Amino acid sequence: MTLNSKAALQFDHVTYSDKNLTIIKDITGFFPSGRITTLVGPSGAGKTTLFRLCNGLISPDSGDITVDGKAINSYEPTELRRTVGLALQSATMLSGTVMKNLSMPLTLKGEQLPEEEAKKLLEDVSLGEDILYRNVKDLSGGQRQKVSIARTLVNKPKILLLDEITSSLDRVSKQDVEELITKLNRDKSVTIVWITHNLEQALSIGDYTWVIMNGELIEAGDSSLLNNPQNDIVRRFVKGEFE
Amino acid sequence: MSFLTLSLSLIFVLIPILLSRTLNLGLEKDTIIATVRSIIQLLAVGYILTFVFESEHYIYIILMVLLMIGAATQNARKKGASIQGITWKLISTFVFVEVLTQGILLGFQITPPTAQYIIPISGMVVGNSMVLSILFLNRFTSEIEARQDETELILSLGGTPKQAIHTSLITSIKASMIPTIESQKTIGLVQLPGMMSGQIIAGADPVQAVQFQLLILFLLLTTASVTSVMLGFLSYPTLFNKQMQMLKIREEP
Repeated sequence: MTLNSKAALQFDHVTYSDKNLTIIKDITGFFPSGRITTLVGPSGAGKTTLFRLCNGLISPDSGDITVDGKAINSYEPTELRRTVGLALQSATMLSGTVMKNLSMPLTLKGEQLPEEEAKKLLEDVSLGEDILYRNVKDLSGGQRQKVSIARTLVNKPKILLLDEITSSLDRVSKQDVEELITKLNRDKSVTIVWITHNLEQALSIGDYTWVIMNGELIEAGDSSLLNNPQNDIVRRFVKGEFE
Repeated sequence: MSFLTLSLSLIFVLIPILLSRTLNLGLEKDTIIATVRSIIQLLAVGYILTFVFESEHYIYIILMVLLMIGAATQNARKKGASIQGITWKLISTFVFVEVLTQGILLGFQITPPTAQYIIPISGMVVGNSMVLSILFLNRFTSEIEARQDETELILSLGGTPKQAIHTSLITSIKASMIPTIESQKTIGLVQLPGMMSGQIIAGADPVQAVQFQLLILFLLLTTASVTSVMLGFLSYPTLFNKQMQMLKIREEP
């Protein structure tokens, strides 16, 4: 597949450090608009930090990030975060019910989530509507992860950043979530960027792939690059030599 | 009370020292330091107050109140060292609470505008405000750390800093106010307040002493709520930058 679509997110020499440790090193690249990009790399490579930069939770020390061609710092922070949705592996829940969690993005805007819409969201992530008023304390790890995804979707983001969201799911749930995300991308042209440790998943779902190691973008291109890496380090990573 | 009878009260200091030595608690030195400091500080205050009461000059009253606010700030700021600009936030809170309470007391002529009333009441107000600040800052800094993921989640969903910190703030305000409210529920049943007891011992009419104590209790309710709320709302914005990003909590010195 050739990727000549415009960039949903563009990085231009982006560097980020924390406590004198450089986590993101001079990254230049893009996530194509309306496509699914998979982000792979060993643990501690800087993938989640990159997501936090895209969602505006942190700012780069140097370099520019643009969202739909507009510099990230020219957005209102709240507008940026609603445009670039983020679902993290930790699937942090707010204490209370599933409904409270699903309603949160709208509550923050002073609006209410209709019950019917909340049930539809649960259905979309393959959860039964019977859990709507259940306390999140009583949910399994997989259920929490699905609620977290559904909650991020409430804002109807144009770009969706997913950090290892299927790692705690069983095979069937994983397949459901993959279908949901693919459908979102296909039907609503939502740009997806998906961090995964599962190279098979990265290949089957992704149109485009980034390989990040030690804070650097080592290789980026059509996801089939994982079948035939040009870079020697990527070849070794694909063989499972790093983790 | 003569100095001779006062010196006999040191028996009450000897008992904890002996207990500490017998049980190897290691508190003898601290007990002696605390005793010596309290003797020096209170005697000094006694002489200063005599001078201020006799002179009845407002400048001395203001100086005394400022001294109290300075000492209270110095004591409380250690607990909020991780919050940027905590010293000025504490000073602003103490000054506001003092002006508010004295404004009501003097404005409605509840108490006369004399040093004899202003200084002891200010001491109780600022002292209580200091304890409340310490309780609030202690809880607030630990809530921020414990709820960091929750705070960032709300920010990531498009929430403002105020929305993101809301739970930590409200929990800390409530937690710091609870001791004041709870102690008022049992007052008179479990213990007689120090000021009231002091007045009764000094020969005042018990009903008059109770009336004054009630005034102080109500005053302390305002002090507690205003201190926690004001300090909370002054503190939370410094935890975020203009991009609505949560700043790292500063390491305590």
